[in-house]
Amino acid sequence: MNISVNGKETSVPENPKRTIDSLLEELNVSQRLYVTVELNGEILDRPVYETTPVRDNDVIEFLYFMGGGR
Amino acid sequence: MLTESQIERYSRHIILKEVGGKGQQKLLDGRVLIIGAGGLGAPVALYLAAAGVGTIGIADADDVDLSNLQRQVIHFTADIGKPKVESAREKIEAINPDVKVITYREWVTAANISGIIADYDFIIDGTDNFAAKFLINDACVLVKKPYSHGGILQFVGQTMTVLPGESPCYRCLFPAPPPKDAIPTCSQAGVIGVLPGVLGSIQATEAIKFLLGKGRLLAGRILMYDALDMKFRDVEIKRNSACPICGEHPTITELKDELDAMTVCDLKEA
Repeated sequence: MNISVNGKETSVPENPKRTIDSLLEELNVSQRLYVTVELNGEILDRPVYETTPVRDNDVIEFLYFMGGGR
Repeated sequence: MLTESQIERYSRHIILKEVGGKGQQKLLDGRVLIIGAGGLGAPVALYLAAAGVGTIGIADADDVDLSNLQRQVIHFTADIGKPKVESAREKIEAINPDVKVITYREWVTAANISGIIADYDFIIDGTDNFAAKFLINDACVLVKKPYSHGGILQFVGQTMTVLPGESPCYRCLFPAPPPKDAIPTCSQAGVIGVLPGVLGSIQATEAIKFLLGKGRLLAGRILMYDALDMKFRDVEIKRNSACPICGEHPTITELKDELDAMTVCDLKEA
């Protein structure tokens, strides 16, 4: 299955049970508990990460907290 | 009316068709507030001063520290121990006597921020903690002040321009601050000194474009920069109907300090 992650074409094994939440773990995404996920152009609410399936050709962006500035 | 000396000083602006004499006058009439006179705030202040933005406000309660000088290019070695706002004022005035500098030697809080931002056209977030970043967002959204968000860490940075009521705000992406100490700060995790120079210069560009009314602002998209890969990416983002402050059913209707987002380190360092 092919998805786009942060602009990179990414191949992941077929898995009908894969959700956004499990994908975060599978890809070892940093700030996993706090990262914002945009799926196909829409910001997802955190509570739906566990119930939102990942489908072929999904475009996924991980948006991270960056608190520095000084 | 521009004086002869101003026509010469700003000649490289004035020959740009997007600026011209009228645009330069808009910059001279412009009022920009920089919150945080540190890594991001330093290049913003220097470039806006050089560009002839007529009124520059700077808010920061801190004094210049030796460890600031690796990146906060508006402060010099001789400034160590001096209030950052005074150090910044001296450099701005030395660059360009056209600029009126207004200093606020205090941290922004829920109690004072609305009064401080009220007099400005555009706000720059150059702060280093989530409490301040969320407070700036909330204050700007509630009174509809456009602002530029900036965030940096180690070798990566992000920036986004918020036009309240039109484009997504910071809480559309991040509804609430992370728990304290969940995300490292620059003082804990480090930051390459040139990084705020890149991001701050982009924030200054956005302020100038906003004042000129030219170009396409970084609204509705977030720009991410990775200095190690030397790559920029921008991701389109939409307003979030569930946003707690600018969504359809806002739950935040007045300002409050996000005390949970402050860390002991931030309180000391910020």
